Amino acid sequence: MKILVCIANVPDTTAKINFTPDNKEFVSTGVTFILNPYDEIALSKAVDLTAGGGSVTVINIGDASTEPTIRKALAIGASDAVRVNAKPRDGYFVAKQIAEYVKKNSFDLILCGRESSDSNGSSVPAMVAELLDIPCILFAKSLSIEGTTATLEQEIEGGKEILSAPLPLVAGASEGMAEWKIPNMRGIMSARTKPLSVIEPVDVPQYTQVQSFDKPVPRSSVKLIAAEDAGKLFDIIREEKKVI
Amino acid sequence: MSVLVFIENVQGKFKKSTFEVISFAAAIAQKQNLPLVALSIGNVSDDELAKAGKYGAGKVLKASGAQLDSMNVQPYATVIAQAAKAENAKIVVMSASFSGKGIAPRVAIKLDAGLADNVIDLPKMDGGFIVKKGAFSGKAFAFVDITSDVKVISMIPNSYKVVESAASPAISTFDAQLSPRDLVVTIKDVKRSTDKVSLPDAELVVSAGRGMKGPENWGMIEELANVLGAATACSKPVSDAGWRPHSEHVGQTGIAISPNLYIAIGISGAIQHLAGVSSSKVIVVVNKDPEAPFFKAADYGIVGDAFEVVPKLIEAAKAFKAGQN
Ligand SMILES: Cc1cc2nc3c(=O)[nH]c(=O)nc-3n(C[C@H](O)[C@H](O)[C@H](O)COP(=O)(O)OP(=O)(O)OC[C@H]3O[C@@H](n4cnc5c(N)ncnc54)[C@H](O)[C@@H]3O)c2cc1C
Ligand SMILES: Nc1ncnc2c1ncn2[C@@H]1O[C@H](COP(=O)(O)O)[C@@H](O)[C@H]1O
Repeated sequence: MKILVCIANVPDTTAKINFTPDNKEFVSTGVTFILNPYDEIALSKAVDLTAGGGSVTVINIGDASTEPTIRKALAIGASDAVRVNAKPRDGYFVAKQIAEYVKKNSFDLILCGRESSDSNGSSVPAMVAELLDIPCILFAKSLSIEGTTATLEQEIEGGKEILSAPLPLVAGASEGMAEWKIPNMRGIMSARTKPLSVIEPVDVPQYTQVQSFDKPVPRSSVKLIAAEDAGKLFDIIREEKKVI
Repeated sequence: MSVLVFIENVQGKFKKSTFEVISFAAAIAQKQNLPLVALSIGNVSDDELAKAGKYGAGKVLKASGAQLDSMNVQPYATVIAQAAKAENAKIVVMSASFSGKGIAPRVAIKLDAGLADNVIDLPKMDGGFIVKKGAFSGKAFAFVDITSDVKVISMIPNSYKVVESAASPAISTFDAQLSPRDLVVTIKDVKRSTDKVSLPDAELVVSAGRGMKGPENWGMIEELANVLGAATACSKPVSDAGWRPHSEHVGQTGIAISPNLYIAIGISGAIQHLAGVSSSKVIVVVNKDPEAPFFKAADYGIVGDAFEVVPKLIEAAKAFKAGQN
């Protein structure tokens, strides 16, 4: 089985998010970047699925600064990697690059994360699927494959559903699909020599443009209520905030 | 030209988030001076459809048939795109629910439209079309200009008020053409817990963390939630340990929520947890450690032992609810 895992390079989950004084750009100096947590689940699943044979290619749309994250994916167990040499402009741009790559190099399964922790769009996986005219199960909590059919469990409003779909398909990994894997020494050593090819992006029309960023207004300081007075909480909230 | 809003049902019924999204689309349509068309897909009674008519749509379309009985992303996206073309829709709006998140990107590709997901406020429409959306896992917002002719936007539940209007629009049938490629996914089984408030839509959420010590202590958390009519949530280690299902895990790698009231019990307030809950309108923290970082991100704090405080909150919630009736 040939699997493609789409990996995003995102600020570490503990990173403080700051913008330039004009609020136009994210300031990445001093920020550690990591493999998007959901993509790490997707990658772990891909490694498990190919334990008995097959290959796992990882693809990232990013500039050269994402290579440490790509190497980490190789250390976790990907066989080879592709970097599309461009700063990801928006979900559509990323999806087009991935779809073009898949058209030229067919895969049985394309795994993504359910969302990236910087853009949070959850838009890339379904766009890739639509561009390829194949299904996308975006919130996949489990995935098993028999022959050319996949069975997946997906989160839905107020519950879950079991789906079956023919390969090839796109799945977005949610928690539960696989355990995060920690690269071992052998993985780290071999990652240095695994193939990483760099390709140039295809042209994509631009339909969205980030104008500026903003941060939530910090909350005014906390109002402490003594434990003995806990019983008054709801009346206080109704009185002061009118949300209940 | 028109604005089209997809009105999603769950088992034949519309939820509050559907009325929110119609109200939101109605405000956009009014500002753009365009008629609003609502599209329902699946098995929904005319009575239920009439309810959706009260929030500003001039026309309600209904697409149904055996192939559309249960929500399935590909056929639904096809129907929405065909309706958008038939109505010459310039703006297509839907909820950023689980279904909406799967559908909106496909509709955008089909319509060659720009997509803005996770929108949390009315777009600024003088000149451009600038939407405000969540970014960096709740740590920031982005203002995004959609420059394409046709635009698709998905709105986060609980981020716009329901506004009723007087209209009672006509309901007409919409016949869509599905291709076999749309129907390759089979839904084999659906499990819903109907007695529970679903987390992304919930206006009130009671959440608990490792401070609860073990799954056997969740009875009081559930009771407090029940009395308030709230959904239950938890921190990541709690679902990792299997004390609670993954579907309750909120935060950066879980569900992001923005309820009116979030009550966090025995949760320390790690940055990854805060990322998913910080857009709650009011936050209450119960923690026995006065130094817990969550107090810095809360509106109200109770320093105390959950096992003593929560029973008091349950009694208070009962009295509060009784006072409301
Ligand atoms: C990549 C990554 C992603 C992550 N994503 C998420 C996420 O999405 N969501 C998430 O929640 N976490 C996430 N985490 C984990 C996060 O960093 C914290 O470890 C986690 O939120 C802590 O959970 P907790 O507050 O329940 O437990 P703890 O940190 O152990 O805190 C327990 C709290 O309970 C209090 N307490 C103890 N006993 C009592 C009592 N009797 N009464 C009252 N209070 C009591 C303690 O004072 C303490 O503050 C992520 C971590 C990583 C590395
Ligand atoms: N720059 C990127 N390169 C490769 N894959 C990406 C990139 N951005 C997003 N993805 C994939 O798309 C998923 C959803 O991302 P998003 O649509 O940004 O929320 C991620 O979990 C990745 O699997």
